[in-house]
Amino acid sequence: MPAVKGDGMRGLAVFISDIRNCKSKEAELKRINKELANIRSKFKGDKTLDGYQKKKYVCKLLFIFLLGNDIDFGHMEAVNLLSSNKYTEKQIGYLFISVLIEANSDLMKLIVQAIRNDLMSRNPVHVNLALQCISNIGSRDMAEAFANDLPKLLVSGDTIDFVKQSAALCLLKLFRNSPDVMPSPDHASRIVHLLNDSHMGVVTSAASLIEALSKRWPDDYKGCVSLAISRLSRIVTATYTDLQDYTYYFVPAPWLCVKLLRLLQNYPPPEDPSNKARLLECLEGILNKAQDAPKSKKVQHSNAKNAVLFEAIALIIHMDSEPNLLVRACNQLGAFLSHRETNLRYLALESMCLLATSEFSHEAVKKHQETIINSLKTERDVSVRQRAVDLLYAMCDRTNASEIVAEMLTYLETADYSIREEMVLKVAILAEKYANDYTWYVDVILKLIRIAGDYVSEEVWYRVIQIVVNREDVQGYAAKTVFEALQRPACHENMVKVGGYILGEFGNLIAGDQRSAPQVQFELLHSKYHLCSIGTRCLLLTTYVKFCNLFPEIKHIIQEVFRTDHNLKNPDAELQQRAVEYLSMSKVATPDVLATILEEMPPFAEKESSLLAKLKKHKPQVEELESVAQEKKSRPQAVMAQDGGAVGSLVDLDHSAHSEAAALVDIFGSPSTTTTSTNNTATQPTGEPVVANKDDYSKFVSKLNGVLYEDETVQVGCKLETRNNLARLGMFYGNKTQTPFTDFKPVVVCPGALSVQLQAQAKPMDAVVAAGTQVQQLINFVCVQEFNRTPIIQVSFNYTPTSGQSTHFDKFLYLPIFINKFFEPTEMTSETFFARWKALGIPSQESQRIFIAKHPIDSTQVNAKLTGIGAKLLSDVDPNPENFVCAGIIHTQTQQIGTLIRLEPNKQAKKYRLTVRSSKDAVSKYLCDLLADLF
Amino acid sequence: MMQFMLLFSRQGKLRLQKWYFSYLDKQKKKICRELITQILSRKPKMCAFLEYKDLKVVYKRYASLYFCCAVEEGDNELLALEIIHRYVELLDKYFGSVCELDIIFNFEKAYFILDEFLLAGEIQETSKKQVLKAIAAQDLLQEEETPQGFFEDHGLG
Repeated sequence: MPAVKGDGMRGLAVFISDIRNCKSKEAELKRINKELANIRSKFKGDKTLDGYQKKKYVCKLLFIFLLGNDIDFGHMEAVNLLSSNKYTEKQIGYLFISVLIEANSDLMKLIVQAIRNDLMSRNPVHVNLALQCISNIGSRDMAEAFANDLPKLLVSGDTIDFVKQSAALCLLKLFRNSPDVMPSPDHASRIVHLLNDSHMGVVTSAASLIEALSKRWPDDYKGCVSLAISRLSRIVTATYTDLQDYTYYFVPAPWLCVKLLRLLQNYPPPEDPSNKARLLECLEGILNKAQDAPKSKKVQHSNAKNAVLFEAIALIIHMDSEPNLLVRACNQLGAFLSHRETNLRYLALESMCLLATSEFSHEAVKKHQETIINSLKTERDVSVRQRAVDLLYAMCDRTNASEIVAEMLTYLETADYSIREEMVLKVAILAEKYANDYTWYVDVILKLIRIAGDYVSEEVWYRVIQIVVNREDVQGYAAKTVFEALQRPACHENMVKVGGYILGEFGNLIAGDQRSAPQVQFELLHSKYHLCSIGTRCLLLTTYVKFCNLFPEIKHIIQEVFRTDHNLKNPDAELQQRAVEYLSMSKVATPDVLATILEEMPPFAEKESSLLAKLKKHKPQVEELESVAQEKKSRPQAVMAQDGGAVGSLVDLDHSAHSEAAALVDIFGSPSTTTTSTNNTATQPTGEPVVANKDDYSKFVSKLNGVLYEDETVQVGCKLETRNNLARLGMFYGNKTQTPFTDFKPVVVCPGALSVQLQAQAKPMDAVVAAGTQVQQLINFVCVQEFNRTPIIQVSFNYTPTSGQSTHFDKFLYLPIFINKFFEPTEMTSETFFARWKALGIPSQESQRIFIAKHPIDSTQVNAKLTGIGAKLLSDVDPNPENFVCAGIIHTQTQQIGTLIRLEPNKQAKKYRLTVRSSKDAVSKYLCDLLADLF
Repeated sequence: MMQFMLLFSRQGKLRLQKWYFSYLDKQKKKICRELITQILSRKPKMCAFLEYKDLKVVYKRYASLYFCCAVEEGDNELLALEIIHRYVELLDKYFGSVCELDIIFNFEKAYFILDEFLLAGEIQETSKKQVLKAIAAQDLLQEEETPQGFFEDHGLG
């Protein structure tokens, strides 16, 4: 047993040794259970424990928890330790709470009070403990209790340095967790001036805080730009002895440096010439230092130095205005591409991805193409190869597309399984975007299917078909190529699908050649038929019936196929139906009618590439990359098919180059319409928007449809359907005026934590709603985990009322989405109900309210409301027939939450007692509040 | 911002976990399980960074212990590596050439040192001297308080 530091809780050390000596998992569990029993009896015993013992036991519990066991007691004792006047006891109490207390614990009030006491302590180490605890938990209660006082503590001249450091990060934590509770930026200028503090530790902490706050209130904090530049400049020009202990392996203050460089990325390049000159000097200084001989051989030295360098490059890319620096950055990264440190190669590839999107450095990146392709071939670490793929994708343009696509195809044959699907998508997108002629595109996609058929998603092969259908010049070539591909001995099912579809449409274009005569085509396809899945067979049947039209001479052979038992009597309904219908169609219809029915498919009317959407779903950062690319308006977007007329460019990227965000929505498909960011326009500076229907939206707790909002201009209705953790909300917007709405835009906002708990996806809408009409919008919700706030929709448009003045309408409405909408009713007997009721007996799982009835107590009405909530209203369960009980399961993506409700009316007193028990504490509380409003 | 830090042994035993972002217990267990397996299966020359969901995981092995932390997209990976190193230096200075056992038996100290160094997932104090000074001050306070229950402790406790 090694020496125990500090005061040494011997009992704890003995216990830890015991556990370590256990030979098996069972023995360990036995020892733990013995200890738990011992502690439990000590806590419950009559003898009052002194602080030291409490501390020791609490510490043992913590150890047991950290071994991976559940701990369901001892919380109260830990809270008691907080009010001890002995530092070590307090400290252990705080540690236990930081690790084990949930943000919605019932003990939170007591904890907040204990923290309050310690914050007022004269002893700064106690103040610090309290601040660390807030930073570790950062619950909403804490935000509400301390958000006002912390800024004062932070900027006060009396506060000592290490308390300031903690206070700054404490405030940051509260701001991140509850941005709406934060007071408006009153202290902005004083907080900004912390960047000038003489204590480097204070500056470092403050820089993190300011970095976050300046994103929310860029104007109030813009003073930080010049202060950050001057601080940065002092560090960059410092020698390594200047900053003493803040120099890390001969690099002056790398952490602060990186923070400041990050902070500056929140703002556009400085306009003030002297600031700008100074910043450029700093950036050049950092780039120059990269060339210096290393001052130490230690990896820490080069890591710290390069960390600063990479952050400086990130800032240079962000500014995107200094061609000279961008090219220097690119050369520096190019040197790293063949560095012996794997870490540096990885980061260089990652960073270059961004440089490739800048018009100034795009060409410079291309110089390294060979090295990058080489990384793809030789790197031993798949994460590095993945970066190389990303970079090749980013740097691809019309000039190098064929080479890059060819290299990626070669690599695909041996690529790791984990990245194949994404690579297939990328190759498909590049091939489409940069194709000079479509025969190349068709070749690439067919090759993709050949070498990585399993990873070719539906979107990819749908897409090639769409393009072939829409492009007349490539149809004959496509038919010939798929025909050849189908002749190979091993042929992926996706190839059969593409081949079937294309030959069904354009097989006639190659039928003149004896080698691909109608019957040869048919037999080739049909030789694969029995090896394919039902879905593919259905598709082939359609091909066959199309052949009946294209090649009447083989109609009788095809009819035979339809007629076989395994088609006509297939157990699969879809297949059988096709066989039956196609057979009679081919028999009954005259050639003219048949020709009309089985005419060639019209061109697909589509604007967006579903591939891009898919890639983005796969990797969210790609979207950023793409939108960065959109912003670089001057970089020519190579898009083919400008002459295509109605067929048009399918990826349609260049149109967006001169349109605003609204157009991006259109191009990237629905996901972008839903904004989940908290600092959206929907939130006013104070955090919560003014919501127009806030007085009566709660009626939707027990209703699925109705009118959400109405005035003389517009009526907004809703209709909700739910299944498990999914909800589909139909929104109806009725224009009641005589003129159309223009710039019509409904945007869904999930404020704060809700953006994580509830995913919303709204279908994009037309920007115009004609006079006197109604339009519908579908919004899909996924309940990821339990939530206690209500999503909001911002409806805005312009219209012209009778007075003739164009008017802007902009209102926020609560949507009728509450946690109870995800209820699945559960039938149960009286016995099971009360058994479950008892099982949910922990105090925190229950929430109870006693309240005065708002409406007359009428059992039919109460029944109706309770049924509307979504849980199952159980009759003959409660021994008292006057009472109502309900049971249900709330479905979220992460878990299912069993919930029981009991409502006890007291007709004399005109009061109700409502009790909700749920396996999740937060749910019982929220539901209780929600339901109490209804009765 | 750092989202969490994990310390685990070569055998895959978790020795310390610090969460700067609130995850459900179930999620925490899943993350630990997945990351420990993934990192233990990596070869020595591989790069120290990997992508995990939308996070970047940075790890380094010191003797029998792996130190691993997850930072957000856009955070500086190399510096995260040096955060780990500085924490190791702090432990080393405090315990006097630290070993895995020190962290097992003094896990609470390992937490206290971490809290003085990182707070809310951000670096609070980069100076080794300052952090050690703060910890020494805590130990001093400890000594002033006479330990009670000394005799009970020599029984089973």
